[in-house]
Amino acid sequence: MGLKRLGLLACFAALGVLAMVAAAGGGTSSKHASNALVFGSASDPVIIDGPLVSDGESLRVVDQIFQGLVGLKPGTTQIVPLLATSWKASTNGLVWTFNLRTGVKFQDGTRFNAAAVCFNFNRWYNFPGPLQNSAVTYYWNTVFGGFSHPAQGNPGPDKSLYKGCRTKGQNQVQLLLTRRSSSFLGALALTNFGIASPAALKKYKADAGTVDSNGVFHPSGTFGTQHPIGTGPYMLKTWQVGNKLEIDSWNGYWGPKPKLARIIFRPIADNAARLQALQSGEIQGFDLVAPQDIPTVKSNSNLKILDRPAFNVGYVGINQAKPPLNNLKVRQAIAYGLDRASVVNKFYAGRGQVATEFLPPLVQGYAGKGVAKYPFNPSKAKQLLQQAGLTLPVPIEFWYPTSVSRPYMPDPQRNAEAFAASLEQSGFKVTFKNYPWRPDYLARVQNGEAQLFLLGWTGDFGDPANFDNVHFGAFNPQFGFHNSKLFNMLTAADSETNIAKRVKEYQAIEIYLTKYLPVVPYVHSKPALAFQKNVVGYIPSPVSLESFATVRYTS
Amino acid sequence: MLRFIVRRLLLLIPILFGVSLLVFIWIRLLPGSPAQALLGERATPQSVAQLRHQFGLDRPLYIQYWRYLEETVGHLNLGTSIKTFRPVTEELQTRFPATVELALAAMIFAVGFGIPLGFLAAKRYGSAFDHGSLLASLIGISIPIFFLGLILKYIFSVRLHWLPSIGREDVLAIRSHPTNFYILDAIINGDPEALWDTIKHLILPAIALGSIPLAIIARITRASVLDVQNEDYVRTARAKGLPPHAVDSRHVLRNAMLPISTIVGLQTGLLLSGAVLTETVFAWPGVGSWLKDAIFDRDYPVLQGGILFLAVVFVVVNLIVDISYAILNPRIRLS
Repeated sequence: MGLKRLGLLACFAALGVLAMVAAAGGGTSSKHASNALVFGSASDPVIIDGPLVSDGESLRVVDQIFQGLVGLKPGTTQIVPLLATSWKASTNGLVWTFNLRTGVKFQDGTRFNAAAVCFNFNRWYNFPGPLQNSAVTYYWNTVFGGFSHPAQGNPGPDKSLYKGCRTKGQNQVQLLLTRRSSSFLGALALTNFGIASPAALKKYKADAGTVDSNGVFHPSGTFGTQHPIGTGPYMLKTWQVGNKLEIDSWNGYWGPKPKLARIIFRPIADNAARLQALQSGEIQGFDLVAPQDIPTVKSNSNLKILDRPAFNVGYVGINQAKPPLNNLKVRQAIAYGLDRASVVNKFYAGRGQVATEFLPPLVQGYAGKGVAKYPFNPSKAKQLLQQAGLTLPVPIEFWYPTSVSRPYMPDPQRNAEAFAASLEQSGFKVTFKNYPWRPDYLARVQNGEAQLFLLGWTGDFGDPANFDNVHFGAFNPQFGFHNSKLFNMLTAADSETNIAKRVKEYQAIEIYLTKYLPVVPYVHSKPALAFQKNVVGYIPSPVSLESFATVRYTS
Repeated sequence: MLRFIVRRLLLLIPILFGVSLLVFIWIRLLPGSPAQALLGERATPQSVAQLRHQFGLDRPLYIQYWRYLEETVGHLNLGTSIKTFRPVTEELQTRFPATVELALAAMIFAVGFGIPLGFLAAKRYGSAFDHGSLLASLIGISIPIFFLGLILKYIFSVRLHWLPSIGREDVLAIRSHPTNFYILDAIINGDPEALWDTIKHLILPAIALGSIPLAIIARITRASVLDVQNEDYVRTARAKGLPPHAVDSRHVLRNAMLPISTIVGLQTGLLLSGAVLTETVFAWPGVGSWLKDAIFDRDYPVLQGGILFLAVVFVVVNLIVDISYAILNPRIRLS
């Protein structure tokens, strides 16, 4: 029976392989190198060129290599000097003068100076057509709004906040604006506006490329894939797409030397796979831990959870173009009919805070006092609906997304079901509608198809305009209202350069929003990061601007 | 034989044309568009319209298809990813070898265990071993791959620390990969440590991925051997006094191999098309997880180019299976 023997041999061979693996002393990399850290990222970066990306995984790497004129104090949204040591706005708010840090070099050995700053700003302002769409240059579009030579359909100089850049010697630079804006200083802290080496941008043809017949830009240069050169503490060593991206500490860095010589970003798309890789010691940390995994991490004595401060808002959106939601009394009834405290307590694993305003408490402009509050009150809601002349129950369509988990909305379906139950107690008859998050749900909601819907927002930078103006600064089909008073208040607040005055204006806007009720904000939640317990020095930032330069191992 | 191969290769042309048309229409029937997917929460109606215009998605479908054919056939270019800006062919060069390596490892596991298991079950028909193997193969077919993957990782990576749970090689290793087939690269570089490291990374995903083919192969082998061993020529061989192992290997197994080779070929073709779940659970950078992401991103060039490429692979694998029939059974005439 030769084949019988063959079968047995196969079994023994398999057992043999496992035994060899066991005998070899551990197959995993639980023995991390003492000067390297492996971080589990959700995906590869798109490209390592700040102005061309807006996703978190790209920005995480860009943060380590590039620096902007201003930065944020670690763990906060407070603006601090970085490549500029000080700055001043002219009295009309149209000229901002920055004094630059001296003795700073780029990772290719060239000098950082005023000319380099202007080169970068002019590069962004002069991006070629294929790079002008907001899918590629979202932050330039959002903050500066226009390009010098716009392709068809793109905003031009008339829409641009940026007017020009002027060098004043080697170490002073002036940025010229077309109108007053103070949110732009906060926006400059975005890593997207990190200053790259002009020599490298030219040498590695950062903006060169061709457009294929599908209209897709194909870069021919290697700046963003192999030679991203900035002034940061780390520089790119190697990037094997799908496998790993390594950055090494740079000896010529102007600031304190990084504690670890190498950081490796390993793309692991699956949440459970990231958790198991952390448990097995193959990675030393990862971001956006799923709420259901937090108890597992906490119960493991070798692991720990770090909290990122809440910098988001989950809300129930109200489309006023869909009657009867144009009636303020109905919107108030909705606000009273949503049992927000119960949803936040049940579904956020202790990481949510009931929202009373659209802005998170960390952001300047958060009012705190004077806002209209809507504790869950079904009888009050019914009373308001009757005052609005409606017959109970009032039919309403409630939209929620599927196939998604966001920090502000870890389980949309359960949120929606709980809200529907409380709305039905409050005189509404709820009909659900749901679609997969991307792109169906978002597209339909943004096109104004939904009546009442779940959505949220995570801030890009620490400025109230990034929350309030983005949502309510102009007509937005998803909210379906034209309110010139609100639009004017927001425009005025955004252009106010006196910080104290500006904060007061945004506080007034917050109070107004709670009365006008374009949305009912219900949660600000704290995203979680998980690390091996012996990793210290990682400071979570509300806007995810986190440096690995201070990270080290305890003995 | 040559005429058969040429004819089958020529058949590729209408097949690929059909596949390209089907994929082209199918992905455009999906709700949403690349513009919406790329812009996400930050989309505005203006930015979506602008991006649709840039990608030519506001043009009539037949013009879009013609331009796609022009690029693919005229310039032999599968396109550039809308999301990552990387050419589809460049992505395939790194991802397809990963998929091939995993698929082959899974098939070696499935064949290596499936055939002996099925054969022994047939030889001990009705015994406890036979019932046990049937039950095991039923479990193998029924158990979801992602669940099996998580369990295997929990035992061998998290608890025992024997095997790695993610990726294709030790992340701290610095190695060159001239072919992107890591086993081959390790052999070319004469690096036994790299070879062992690669094999260790392959074991768990190969077991998870190979579990279903193993079960199918074991069941087909059992049925086929039961069928063949009662044939007249087997009885004759035994009556002639041939030793049992010679009867089994020369007469029973060889004749039983025909349906088995069909199944192995089909399963290999399927595995080469990418194993979405296994690749996701084990962070294996192959074609399956890449195409899955492309569906969510509505990355039309990646979907069109990737699926077209896989169609070619599937047809070629099937051609190889057909040729293997002739080798296994000379009575089959390929013409």
